[in-house]
Amino acid sequence: MEAYISLFVKAVFIENLALSFFLGMCTFIAVSKKIATAMGLGVAVMVVQAITVPANNIVYHALLKEDALSWMGIKGVDLSFLALLSCIGMIAALVQILEMILDKFFPALYHALGVFLPLITVNCAILGGSLFMIERDYNFGESVTYGVGSGLGWALAITVMAGVREKLKYSDIPAGLQGLGITFITAGLMSLGFMAFSGIQL
Amino acid sequence: MSAVLNDETKKVLTTPLVNDNPITLQVLGICSALAVTSQMSTSLIMALALTLVTAFSSAAISAIRNHIPSSIRIIVQMTIIASLVIVVDQILKAFAYEVSKQLSVFVGLIITNCIVMGRAEGYAMKNPPLESFMDGIGNGLGYSLILIIVAFFRETLGSGKLLGIEVFKLAKDGGWYDPNGLMLLPPSAFFIIGLIIWGVRQWKPNQVEKVEFKIMSIAHGEGGHH
Repeated sequence: MEAYISLFVKAVFIENLALSFFLGMCTFIAVSKKIATAMGLGVAVMVVQAITVPANNIVYHALLKEDALSWMGIKGVDLSFLALLSCIGMIAALVQILEMILDKFFPALYHALGVFLPLITVNCAILGGSLFMIERDYNFGESVTYGVGSGLGWALAITVMAGVREKLKYSDIPAGLQGLGITFITAGLMSLGFMAFSGIQL
Repeated sequence: MSAVLNDETKKVLTTPLVNDNPITLQVLGICSALAVTSQMSTSLIMALALTLVTAFSSAAISAIRNHIPSSIRIIVQMTIIASLVIVVDQILKAFAYEVSKQLSVFVGLIITNCIVMGRAEGYAMKNPPLESFMDGIGNGLGYSLILIIVAFFRETLGSGKLLGIEVFKLAKDGGWYDPNGLMLLPPSAFFIIGLIIWGVRQWKPNQVEKVEFKIMSIAHGEGGHH
């Protein structure tokens, strides 16, 4: 149990996907102008991440890993090079299914998240989470923890960023630094803040 | 050569370098631009990989653009891009294993790099294969340019080396240069890109974004002369 808690805290703070691995930066910069929309996207990313990382874990361990097909009587086959293709296919399919389920059963949630869901397929944070899961060889329990934790970390980062930017627009910034430039520098300062967590030993 | 390099080709090759740079103006593909730049060697490999993937995926998508039903075009584009990335990934694992280990998941993340998708969707779906190929190369080069600049500052200032060769003699080896450890950490990449954007926009003022709120200084009348 302790190992899971430690992995969770690590995924949320120390190895924050947005601020220490720079994943999902494009959306992080583009959709962080208002707190409400940023939070909507954050929640959507968290939900998708919590579903796709374990799903990819199952596919990888049951079909792609070296000798994974031995339950079918096929030995010595290593399909792990297909991991990239299967991960992105899985993500695209799951996002599509999630969109349909939400539309059918939770219309209110669908309208709140609607515009962000298709964006999520091409969000590097989602694919990055799955690839990290494969690289670090997580088992199923760890992959669930990591999926939820890394999604929460990303949601936290984008919400905080939106909070800063909402105030920032009233400040007097040199013309050339306006907009994108100052956003990068703010993200840098936030990343510096998150680095403080890296001293925590778990 | 002159037949190949007509005006359109020249335009798509050169505008992404400064005037329409994918990173500093279009805000695409930033994820990997920040993550791999702590060393020059990884940045060069990454830049090369991305340029090739963008160019070939644009050409391939453009070649079949009239046969892709628009409702499934994203999946089709993604499959083409993912296949190309798998090829790049396998080549790197075979011939440059060390670099491929350092780049870790970021080679795979070329699939979701917005530059590749952006060019496929924004240019290759509407233009013939050769121009799309050149457009891919041009945008890849614009990305590479920023990557190389960032990596240059991060590696020289952070470890006193460039491509692993000593440039500044470090203080701990009896030299004079005390390396700036911040340059090797993630935040420095944000700062450097922020400053590059500032520099580019001072040089090309038409890229400056509109201000949402103007500060009026009533007491001294400063800032009123805009």
